[in-house]
Amino acid sequence: MELKAATTIRKPALEVYGFWRDLENLPTFMAHLEQVRTTGDRTSRWTADAPFGKDVGWDAEITEEQPGEKIAWRSTGNADVPNAGTVRFLPAPDGVSTEVHVVLVYDIPGGTIGKAVAKYFGEEPHQQLDDDLRRLKQVLETGEVVRSDGAPWGKRARKEFPQRPAQPLSDAELAKGTDA
Amino acid sequence: MRANTWAGRNKVEVRDVPDPRILNKRDAIVRITSTAICGSDLHLVDGYVPTMQDGDVMGHEFMGEVIEVGPGVDPGRLRVGDRVVVPFPIACGGCAACAAELYSCCENSNPNAGIAEKMFGHPVAGIFGYSHLTGGFAGGQAQYARVPFADVGPLKIESELSDEQVLFLSDILPTGYMGAEMCDIQPSDVVAVWGAGPVGQFAMDSARLLGAARVIAIDKEPYRLQMAERAGHTPVNFDEVDVRSRLLELTGGRGPDKCIDAVGMEATHGSAHIAAYDRIKQAVRSETERPHALRQAILSCRSGGVVSVVGVYGGLLDKFPAGAWMNRALTLRTGQCHVQRYMKPLLQRIERGEIDPTRIITHTLALDEAERGFEIFKNKQDNCEKVVLKP
Repeated sequence: MELKAATTIRKPALEVYGFWRDLENLPTFMAHLEQVRTTGDRTSRWTADAPFGKDVGWDAEITEEQPGEKIAWRSTGNADVPNAGTVRFLPAPDGVSTEVHVVLVYDIPGGTIGKAVAKYFGEEPHQQLDDDLRRLKQVLETGEVVRSDGAPWGKRARKEFPQRPAQPLSDAELAKGTDA
Repeated sequence: MRANTWAGRNKVEVRDVPDPRILNKRDAIVRITSTAICGSDLHLVDGYVPTMQDGDVMGHEFMGEVIEVGPGVDPGRLRVGDRVVVPFPIACGGCAACAAELYSCCENSNPNAGIAEKMFGHPVAGIFGYSHLTGGFAGGQAQYARVPFADVGPLKIESELSDEQVLFLSDILPTGYMGAEMCDIQPSDVVAVWGAGPVGQFAMDSARLLGAARVIAIDKEPYRLQMAERAGHTPVNFDEVDVRSRLLELTGGRGPDKCIDAVGMEATHGSAHIAAYDRIKQAVRSETERPHALRQAILSCRSGGVVSVVGVYGGLLDKFPAGAWMNRALTLRTGQCHVQRYMKPLLQRIERGEIDPTRIITHTLALDEAERGFEIFKNKQDNCEKVVLKP
């Protein structure tokens, strides 16, 4: 399965590239990622959240990088869901902004995990990636993921529906945390 | 705290809800001193704007005192104790739309951009108390409100002006002004304004301020037309006369040079059979609008004129007079108001006495009386033009 999405961010390409190249930043805006831990100059360990199931993780390596222009990576070893991705950073015609073009490729396996993954991706996969990029834009242009009263959990709001009523959070809701 | 909430179609309810808290670093919490009911709240109450939920706090026109600021708010811009008017579109100040001063199209302030994108093709800014389509932000018909990007939008009021003089800088005054500004008014222009509600009244005043030769008010409520007439505008009652004929009569057969639609999706028709068509289509949800005022404005406008739309539309309409629009070289200009762009210059006009926003206030009620406020405003009872609520 191949997913593509693009956004334009009002920041210079080197800054956007730099943020992405620090792979540990990816979970701040990608809804399904729990953690990315850098393990070497070009290698990293990725952990994904449910509904992939618990402890779904894989190692990845950067296969190509051109500062300010491009990063490509792929999973290595025995990944549960073999995947690869490329992100290109292009100067926008306004001379200020950067176009971010992302291509993700997943090799969806059989078995229980495969079914969970297929189901997950069955629910508007392009929407997921679009929303991830929208959050990337928010983080770079405003400093953080924007929260509203109806969708207070930031990137944890994996689906836009259903939402809670748009009224301030109760103590109990606040205790559940807005730290996602 | 107390807050006025959406409780289903044609129902609002003042309830106890939790106090707002800082959720983002650039939030502020405002203790509200005055808030208002807007005509576009009626579209929410009537059920024409999708994605409302039971319990949503309503209201997008409010002002008050800053009682808390998040750690990311620039202290040079906003501090605890400041008295502020809060603009209804939430704008981040950092995206391309904000850089172009198109604040109501802010690319970052709507966490539900994906929903808005499906409806509009591209997302729009978050708006306080205005459905989950525009972000799911709690509104300001309440004792307190959380204001995101508080260092971008809110306007500090440092003079002794009353709440009533500055409150409408949050929405309807800039909205009316933008309706007139989009007309690119020339000194010889006759400007016709459909709708003599609050936005229409301010569009008329603004058209005059921007140099129009004459301003015509179109409505069916005698008290609204009288209000416009007292302000120096020419009334046309569409219940009594054929609007197009009357406009031609008033303009020597040319038609108004500039037309402003300050009505939007719930237009009241005259007796045209197309009214029934629109009502049926809207009732079965195959058309979300009743675009009668817009059609009439396009058909009435002089060739080469401008039709400026600040009345709210939500979705799709049909029977759009594309032939008139194209063949007669009309310009159509629209937008939810980019309020942040107009607040300061309009505050200065208020300070200089060029605009008197208080002239439209007919009712001041306690917040707990919001249900009654909606009732009389919606049904145009008791000559109601504008309701201010006091928390």
